[in-house]
Amino acid sequence: MKTSPTPLLAGSSFKNEGRRFRGSGVEGAGRSSRLPQSAARRALNGSMSIFAAIGLAITAAVAAPESDTEVAARKAALDLAGAFSNEGFKMRDGHWSGTIKPKEHALIAVNLYAGNQYWFSVGATEPAKKISINLYDETGKLVQTESYNEGEKAAAGFSPTSSGQYYVLVDLVEGGESSVCLVYSYK
Amino acid sequence: MKRVRRFVALAFLLGYGAAIGAEPARLPADQLAKAVRNDSITIPTPGELFAALEKPGKPNWVGQMRGPISTSYKNRAQIALNLGSLIADGFIAVEAKDSQQVKNIGTDIIKMAKALGVSENVLSRGNSINEFAENDEWDALQEELEATQNEVKSSMQSHRDQDLIILVSVGGWIRGTQVVSAAVMQNYDERAAKVLRQPALVNFIESKMNDISPDVRDEPLIKELSGQLPGIEKLVTFPAGKAPTADEVRKVNEAVGKIMSQIQAKESK
Repeated sequence: MKTSPTPLLAGSSFKNEGRRFRGSGVEGAGRSSRLPQSAARRALNGSMSIFAAIGLAITAAVAAPESDTEVAARKAALDLAGAFSNEGFKMRDGHWSGTIKPKEHALIAVNLYAGNQYWFSVGATEPAKKISINLYDETGKLVQTESYNEGEKAAAGFSPTSSGQYYVLVDLVEGGESSVCLVYSYK
Repeated sequence: MKRVRRFVALAFLLGYGAAIGAEPARLPADQLAKAVRNDSITIPTPGELFAALEKPGKPNWVGQMRGPISTSYKNRAQIALNLGSLIADGFIAVEAKDSQQVKNIGTDIIKMAKALGVSENVLSRGNSINEFAENDEWDALQEELEATQNEVKSSMQSHRDQDLIILVSVGGWIRGTQVVSAAVMQNYDERAAKVLRQPALVNFIESKMNDISPDVRDEPLIKELSGQLPGIEKLVTFPAGKAPTADEVRKVNEAVGKIMSQIQAKESK
């Protein structure tokens, strides 16, 4: 996993040491506001057919003004997070979506509870080739996580010993400008 | 999917990929300040809070349930706050595995949602809640409650009731904090007490409250609530990794209990 020493953040467009992040983050109203919730869960438990998967994506696309790539990124993130549900993790009903250009980053604030275990899953679409995800504590210090990377999908697992605010850094390491989506799971 | 699972299992087994390496050791404060913060991912759900509380030992969830609250408030801001708190009650009833209570709360949630004029989609959630409660499908119920909350917020967004969205979250957070602090007071445990440390979360709620329209912000209940949040932020600010004492927990409980009483008071305008 690779993270730039000068990550740039979502928000508004700005430049910083040659890297630029175009803030195009979208506040996720929660997948269930757009998807049949129980169907989504069954899908994530691995019992979903390809038709159901397509149906979920279509439902999301029809019910909200999301582009095809945003829907695909969201599906990629949900697919990855679904793997953790087999380990007893519950997926938090909410997400962050945005667009990241090469060598750019997005930083998302989350509030976590000591005692819980978390997995943060991010999915992207072509032309993304490789993305990474890292976690920082409230002081901005990188925290050690378990990680999973597979091209345009990545995940980071973490069990905080202190409750409070943490930051998820999503980095497009290789590939072109892509839609990305972040979801997280807990147990 | 199977392939992903295999990779994940392997990652777990190998303790794979500690994320330390060529990563920046620290992000500067100005960048942290610009991080994306939004209602749908920055504010934890009651389910997350209660999951953490349960780790040291299962609390007496039945003892944390409250009696029915009014569902006939006239003030829309007050309805939104109470709707959020009712959803938190739903999570408590699920933790207590009390299907009748879940159904009762589900009915009340739908009544309040109707009062706010939310979409039919939300109303259909009531049937699902009843169905899952009948069948003791607790995991599905928890998901359905989260889904209901998001459906309500989504509907508010489409009805240009943006101001009410944060109030639903705030109502849920206050009720959740009231319950957690009460449970910790009953059976003090440092690990459980640690979940009460959330200064950044309260700070974010304060900032969102400042963003709501002057009409709503000037309502007595909202003014009162906004006025008490800085004090609560101080009360939930403990050093990182340190658990609050039993007395500190009691102070948090008193503060959020006071606000909760005002939120559910029938005579509020």
